[in-house]
Amino acid sequence: MRTEAVLAILAMAGVTWSLRAGGLALARRLRQQGAAARALRQMPACVMAALVAPAVAQGGPAEALAAAATIAAMAVTRSLPVAMAIGVAAVVAGRQWLA
Amino acid sequence: MAALSSTSSPSDFHDGMRRSLPLALSVAAFGLVWGTLAGQAGLSPAESVLMSALVFAGAAQFVVLPLWNAAAALPLFAIVAATLAVNLRFVLMSATMLPLFQRERPRWPWAKAFLISDENWALASADLARGRGSVGLLLGSGVVIYASWVASCALGRFAGALIGEPARWGLDFAFTASFLALLAGMWTGRGNALPWATAAGAALLAQALLPGAWYIVVGGVCGSLVGAWTSADDEPEARAGRAAAGPPEERSVPPSADMSQRDRRTAR
Repeated sequence: MRTEAVLAILAMAGVTWSLRAGGLALARRLRQQGAAARALRQMPACVMAALVAPAVAQGGPAEALAAAATIAAMAVTRSLPVAMAIGVAAVVAGRQWLA
Repeated sequence: MAALSSTSSPSDFHDGMRRSLPLALSVAAFGLVWGTLAGQAGLSPAESVLMSALVFAGAAQFVVLPLWNAAAALPLFAIVAATLAVNLRFVLMSATMLPLFQRERPRWPWAKAFLISDENWALASADLARGRGSVGLLLGSGVVIYASWVASCALGRFAGALIGEPARWGLDFAFTASFLALLAGMWTGRGNALPWATAAGAALLAQALLPGAWYIVVGGVCGSLVGAWTSADDEPEARAGRAAAGPPEERSVPPSADMSQRDRRTAR
């Protein structure tokens, strides 16, 4: 291993861990009531929506179909593994027949 | 004593391990691809495993690969800047886990934050939205995701060429599917529509206009701000409930209160 590579990896690790621990520290400083607390409660779902939106929007019809199938499967079964399996199967089928 | 000061139990940890198995499969698919690409980028097997084990952040590890030049000097500043930009979302993610940490007051919270990754954070968030969730669940699923990530990265580095394109198996969609499913499970009524749509719309706009992974932070913050504004009418009661609960470890909304709030919202 090159020293330089180890240094780069350690720097990446330090930055990443600081962000993970820093979120806890930052949230502790925010007020526990009012608008900041309300925003923080809305944050998980909004981060998830922001993460998946480009993947769905930039996909083709197969990805759109699979996204709909995943959401429908979750609404019906309330099971994460089942919804994921149906989503992945739908994207494979969609790419086969819709592309 | 431990039972009094903490609501996390060994069964939460095991529950987290069990429920994260499908997520671990999706993580492993990405790890295999990353390991393969790491080999092509010139990372030695030891460097690949070290990075996966210490950084433990798939998106950032993908982003730095094109910067990795085995022959010339590494652009250290660019590598750190890219890591920072891609992983900025972890600030938001771990911030939302504070209620769990405050309720249970586990030892070494800073060290435990290392295990917060996209998948187990999403699992814990889905539970938290239902008034449940625990640090044990977060860590139990975190350990499984971590093991899956490091092992699959190593396997990909050594045997990646044998595996081929994950897109053929639809595994490139597994991450999107897991987040869509967890998000769908967090739906509590029409009140979610505006903040979530704002988050998605702002993310798409930011992705078109800004470099790197800023879209995640921009979308998450814009959606939450709209949510904080639109959820204002619900809050006085919840706030009163929390204030009455007193000490921080009891401050989180109990499951029953969360339920009734949800029922009210859907009834409306």
